[in-house]
Amino acid sequence: MFLGGIILAVERSLLEINHLETAFRINDQYYNAVDDVSLTLENNEILAIVGESGSGKSTLATSIVGLHDPLNTQIKGEALYKDLNLLNLNEQLYNRIRGNDIGMIFQDPLGSLNPLMTIHDQIAEALIYHTKLDSEARTNRVLELLNQVGIPNPPRVMKQYPHELSGGMRQRVVIAIALSCKPPIIIADEPTTALDVTIQAQILDLLKDLQEETGTGIILITHDLGVVAEMADRVAVMYAGEIVEEATALELFENPMHPYTRSLLNSMPQTSDELEDETKDLHVIQGTVPSLSKMKRSGCRFAPRIPWIADEEHEENPTLHEVAPNHFVRCTCYKHFHFEGEGE
Amino acid sequence: MGFIEIKDLNVHYPIRGGFFNTIQDHVRAVDGVTFEIEAGKTYGLVGESGSGKTTIGKSIIGLEKITSGQIFYDGEDVTNKARKRSGKYEEYNREVQMIFQDSASSSNPKKRIIDVIAEPIRNFSKLTPGEEKKRILELLDIVGMPEDALYKYPHEFSGGQRQRIGVARAVACQPKLIIADEPTSALDLSVQAQVLNFMRNIQDQFKLSYLFISHDLGVVKHMSDDIAIMHRGRFVEVGSKNEIFNNPQHIYTKRLLSAIPDINPRDREQHKTLRKAVEREYTESESQYYDENKRVYDLKPLTDTHLVALKPDGKGGDF
Repeated sequence: MFLGGIILAVERSLLEINHLETAFRINDQYYNAVDDVSLTLENNEILAIVGESGSGKSTLATSIVGLHDPLNTQIKGEALYKDLNLLNLNEQLYNRIRGNDIGMIFQDPLGSLNPLMTIHDQIAEALIYHTKLDSEARTNRVLELLNQVGIPNPPRVMKQYPHELSGGMRQRVVIAIALSCKPPIIIADEPTTALDVTIQAQILDLLKDLQEETGTGIILITHDLGVVAEMADRVAVMYAGEIVEEATALELFENPMHPYTRSLLNSMPQTSDELEDETKDLHVIQGTVPSLSKMKRSGCRFAPRIPWIADEEHEENPTLHEVAPNHFVRCTCYKHFHFEGEGE
Repeated sequence: MGFIEIKDLNVHYPIRGGFFNTIQDHVRAVDGVTFEIEAGKTYGLVGESGSGKTTIGKSIIGLEKITSGQIFYDGEDVTNKARKRSGKYEEYNREVQMIFQDSASSSNPKKRIIDVIAEPIRNFSKLTPGEEKKRILELLDIVGMPEDALYKYPHEFSGGQRQRIGVARAVACQPKLIIADEPTSALDLSVQAQVLNFMRNIQDQFKLSYLFISHDLGVVKHMSDDIAIMHRGRFVEVGSKNEIFNNPQHIYTKRLLSAIPDINPRDREQHKTLRKAVEREYTESESQYYDENKRVYDLKPLTDTHLVALKPDGKGGDF
């Protein structure tokens, strides 16, 4: 389980998550939504976390920045940033980290902006909190940021309210806020899901360019494998709260191993010609993602959805196996996996 | 020949203002759109948000008033008649059905599934309660739902299941055309695959036609025979799936196609360069493809099936 940690033990990673467990309370019982996840994020790297809804990918992100209600959540493990374990911080210390060291971009840009504040004030808010700039310097910084994220006519937009901007522009403002204090880490939770494809392409290009410019480490959470293929350096695939496969983006798309990853890739309608026979049905993963309280806690969690694979093929306590350098796959069922109806 | 023809459809919304709140101008949500759908085929409608694709769907089924233009159903003029329940329009009402994007808000939360699906049946056919229940069980079986779903409420189901209930309701009265407005955009990948497969199965089974509205080109390509690309309320390019994807002519189509994320990370850089080039061409050659008012030109035939909105003098874009 600590494979990720060992490889980079020589040099300190930007963010090191060890055995993170996040449990939510449902009827006085705690259920793990994120179950023993270990990950590292390096400088100047885009780490994508992929999974369907309910896989725990957003919970993982919100646990790192401490956005959970402490009364109903139990968080175990550690998230090491510099010399701090983020998971042990009190609210006061956390507020210093959030925005300053870790920037966040959420899915819904309208929901993450205050409708009663001008764009200028929203961006300046982070600067007031984290820097000692005076008001003139702040305004200059706001203009600079708006420019950086490609907003036309910053002096005008600065005075506008969120509802006056289009979805793509709003998301750019959110990115500007995330960038305002030059954080070394940015967590982007489905940053383009609410946007049109052309706008999505623009925002992704922008994120990528900014990342190359500033050397930020980005954790990109998404369900869209296309976005992953365009953006990520490294990918972790999550299913039912666990990481089932972790590899570089190249390796993952060219040589996917885990049955879940392979099924997901197979169920995607393709636009490029050679890859799809369109008269054929899309691949369907049997069953559904289990709900938190009904989730299987022992053995291979994906097993119920590939019932044609014999029980012996699964490990009793599935662990991550290194199948190629830096390519990890959970459970042994990948070795004998074949799609239903096809031979091995 | 299509069994439903849409001729020069216009849906305009008035912009009011001024002293007496008079009509100042119009938003041309749909601005002169003509197409037809053939029996058993799927017609894909693609565009970004605000391009008017949903408005077309809604105006066909009568949720949106048509400003001008005509809809012919089996040769009969049914423009703005979709809400007339009686007489000769009943057939049109029954045979054109819709599936909505948000499955949660498109079924009444206070009704049990049996009542949700029974609604169109009660509207259009006179069945005894026994026959009705039998029919509903048949429908649930078609969409692969268990019998005990009958007496549950919509919130007890997952998104994919609810969407299938929406499909069951749409096919309840043996429709000929189903307008599917982003039926899978709220669903996860594997659930989306399930719903799409299933929509194709019932298409074969019932000889259905779909008007498939989506912003996801991958999904549209998988489902459609013919595709129309919309921008600013007008069609910019119409053609068979093959023509649109392999020989796009209008800059907007090219832009849309180049914006789809590529699944192969090896081509990443190349794809990005291409995308930036297309984007540049789009800003530079806007006057080539749009008139002074940024309106899309009228469609001109390239081949029998492939129509592109090009400048009338024939010098639109590079051939």
